[in-house]
Amino acid sequence: MAAADAALPAMFKPVRAIGRSTLGALRMVGGVGMFALRGVISVFSPPWFPIQLLRQLVAIGFFSLPVVGLTAIFTGAALGLNIYTGGGRFNAEQVMPQIVALGITRELGPVLAALMLAGRVSAAIAAEIGAMRATEQIDAMRTLSTDPFRYLVAPRLLAATLVLPLLTLVADIIGVAGGWLVAVRILDFNSTIYVRNTMNFIQGWDVGSGLIKAAVFGFIVALMGCYHGYNAKGGARGVGRATTHAVVSSAILIFASDYFLTTLFTHA
Amino acid sequence: MTDIPKLEWKGVRKRFDGPVLDGLDLSVAAGRSLVIIGGSGQGKSVTIKIAMGLVRPDAGQVLVDGEDLIGVSGASRRKLFERIGVLFQGAALFDSLSVWENVAFRLINADGVPRKEAKARAVEALGRVHLGAHVADSYPSELSGGMQKRVGLARAVVASPEIIFFDEPTTGLDPITSAAINELIVDQVKGLGCTAVSITHDLASARTIGDEIAMLHAGKIVWRGAPAELDRTDNPYVRQFVDGRADGPMASTV
Repeated sequence: MAAADAALPAMFKPVRAIGRSTLGALRMVGGVGMFALRGVISVFSPPWFPIQLLRQLVAIGFFSLPVVGLTAIFTGAALGLNIYTGGGRFNAEQVMPQIVALGITRELGPVLAALMLAGRVSAAIAAEIGAMRATEQIDAMRTLSTDPFRYLVAPRLLAATLVLPLLTLVADIIGVAGGWLVAVRILDFNSTIYVRNTMNFIQGWDVGSGLIKAAVFGFIVALMGCYHGYNAKGGARGVGRATTHAVVSSAILIFASDYFLTTLFTHA
Repeated sequence: MTDIPKLEWKGVRKRFDGPVLDGLDLSVAAGRSLVIIGGSGQGKSVTIKIAMGLVRPDAGQVLVDGEDLIGVSGASRRKLFERIGVLFQGAALFDSLSVWENVAFRLINADGVPRKEAKARAVEALGRVHLGAHVADSYPSELSGGMQKRVGLARAVVASPEIIFFDEPTTGLDPITSAAINELIVDQVKGLGCTAVSITHDLASARTIGDEIAMLHAGKIVWRGAPAELDRTDNPYVRQFVDGRADGPMASTV
């Protein structure tokens, strides 16, 4: 009898573990959703803190230019080389400018700019807000009649959403230039023809869809940084954990939403 | 009407993993300074965080001037925060802002005071805690722990609150700096004529800043009296705490 009692819980252990992690995941999704909703409401309702927004635009946007630019030029160049080699297998080396332009504007520009931002910005936001949580600065802010969602979260969400499309536009231009550089310098393409082919081929929607993706990615990057920082628990270790979670979850959400947005755009 | 307490906890309950507050009843009259003492982990922090509106109790009421503040939100909550000032344990200064911007944070961001006037008022508040105008433009990380506490005190009093909370005001400070902070607290509280609620396990601090002392144990108030009575009472909890004995009704949980 006693043995049967002991066996029963042991038997249900895996079931219970699955249940627990499922509930945990659902709670997390709900938590992020509520956080995002509160963040968006804070973006659109006063009081606003324009100086904070300005600071974030500079911190997130301007200071990300070097990393985004470097990533774009190398990726564009490598992409150019690969497509030239691949195209050569069926004598289609000449489509290289078009494929590079398409790949950069529709896919690699927004995704790579967003990933660099996930590493640089999402981590920084999570660490800063997490440290503020750990040292009671967020509590202090509330007792000083200032809503941390409006003062801290809203400016970061808005700044990242506005700035990532601009960074992506820069990445598009520099990425295509990377392909051009390789083509003209190494592969003996004619510069004028390369540029003309690119310009004739590329459509507004190629660039536009990439920019829409970028806005979504920007929101994700800031949201993950703010969410994990705001909910950081347990001192320095908690801040470290929050930073890791922010980067990993932004990256995964960027890839996942990239797939769904691409599906949406190609069917539209 | 004068017998309505300025601040009152009524049957407040809060559990986290276990019960923390178990039907807490406590009140402070206007203009009085109440110090809550008790061992670590007895719910002191939660008690004042509930009164500050930072933690929501599971049951019970917190009344300010007879009005329940649990569950109020939006504008009325902001109104409530306008009437309180808090000195946090680690001072909780914003490290991305200069000292004067910290002190003037409420004035600039919540009250819409122009920056120039806000700075003047911040410098004046810093003067009241004996910090010179040259400190105003430095950053919190450049200051010592005692100076950070003073800045925190200036930030708590700058908007002339009705109730001030002090969370472990002397923790982590040397005895001389502690004494100076205690004196400043008494000066500010008497000067503003406001109600003060402090939590501490530093008895010297409790005796200096308190008009009344209440002892919290296992989520309830087990004793309350004037500072002088601390040494006379035969309450076993107070005796153990004041005499600093490991054995007694409060078993050490370490």
